[in-house]
Amino acid sequence: MAPAVHLRDALALAGRFPALAGVDVDVEAGEVVVVRGANGAGKTSLLRLCAGLLALTSGEGRVVGHDLRTRRREVRRHVGLLGHSNHLYDDLTVEENIRFGVASGGGRLDGVAAAMDHFGLRGRLAGVPAGRCSTGQRRRCALAVLLARSPMLWLLDEPHSGLDPEGRHLLGEMIRRGSQGGATVLVATHEGDPFASVDVAASGPNPREIVMGGGLVVSDRPASMAAAGS
Amino acid sequence: MLSDARLVAAKDLRIEMRSKVATNQVLPFALVVLILFAFALNQDPPALAAAAPGLYWVAVLFSALLAVQRSFAIESADAAGEGMRLSGLDPAGIFLGKAAAVAVQLAVLEVLLAAGMAVLYGARLQDPAMLVASAGAATVGLASAGVLYAALAAELSVRETLLPLLLLPVLAPVLMSAARAWQDSMSGRPGLGVPWAELLVVFAVVYVSLGVVVAGPVMEVT
Repeated sequence: MAPAVHLRDALALAGRFPALAGVDVDVEAGEVVVVRGANGAGKTSLLRLCAGLLALTSGEGRVVGHDLRTRRREVRRHVGLLGHSNHLYDDLTVEENIRFGVASGGGRLDGVAAAMDHFGLRGRLAGVPAGRCSTGQRRRCALAVLLARSPMLWLLDEPHSGLDPEGRHLLGEMIRRGSQGGATVLVATHEGDPFASVDVAASGPNPREIVMGGGLVVSDRPASMAAAGS
Repeated sequence: MLSDARLVAAKDLRIEMRSKVATNQVLPFALVVLILFAFALNQDPPALAAAAPGLYWVAVLFSALLAVQRSFAIESADAAGEGMRLSGLDPAGIFLGKAAAVAVQLAVLEVLLAAGMAVLYGARLQDPAMLVASAGAATVGLASAGVLYAALAAELSVRETLLPLLLLPVLAPVLMSAARAWQDSMSGRPGLGVPWAELLVVFAVVYVSLGVVVAGPVMEVT
């Protein structure tokens, strides 16, 4: 089976600055990978490259079987990126935003109700304009879109940002379920212990940890070794 | 492509109905423009009536600029436009959907402004078939060219000031043709307006086609 992500010597520019300076990464389908690193290490750029939002300047890149140079639109159909923004329209209600996000991503609308249930967005909150929601509630909306769309590759950039402990638990549960369902998950975080905020260590199948620095992968090892400090 | 266009147009129109920016800001702005022209030319009512079609389409043109800017402003908040791009929607569908939503808003605005023109300027709206046909073509041209240029300027930090500079010269043929078609129609010579209406149709077809073809590269670059 082809890897979900295959990058070889991948170079990507942010303006004239090399955001990724020759990255080699392979992620198998169904894997859970935590991407760590300090600010500016290249975590977000790696995820944006995998989502087809950042152009591959040189090197090889295939995501869910599609070439990143020539078929970026096809890549996007199979990828869900939750970045620093939530991609919500303030004047649409929570439910309208989720339905639009799912429909525009080619997802099935019959998964919307379950996703809203999972993140506690049903009832009164469903009809509230997103502009009146709290930061955490907006994050839950964006996560619900991802859950309902259920793409092949989930790219989560600081996904726990703004979430309360319950929201973090639901996020971990979502990652566990997604991984069990065959989705590949990349979670980027700059937190020292990502597993404290993203509960995948105990749930995902053999999660891996990639550490980035200066636009390069500086280490790639099983999360269990990382947690043990080896 | 068309299903994507429907999705985007429905979303944009729902946002506009909810936010009421079109009714509470764009429409009053257009009416104020009409009223100011009326004040400026009040000493000469025949001149005002004669200039009515041109003044009307200047007001529509300025309103179109606001509507187009608003259409892309909703995409910049919370990076919603990036989310739409990331979703894999057909860029041509996004272009058509946004242009359709702007066109619907402009059509409603034109009807209300036409009533305002009749009251303020004493203009006689004769030969409705020619008025509606030329206005329809002009509306599609304004919306499609406006959305295309707004997409080009969308990611620039100076987009608010750059867009009018880019767009107004491009829309000059629409202003001229629509004003002439309406002038001929309102003066009881609708046959003379046919070539102008045809020019409006050509402009609309060219910009809709151009938008469909270049929407992908334009949105990818930006």
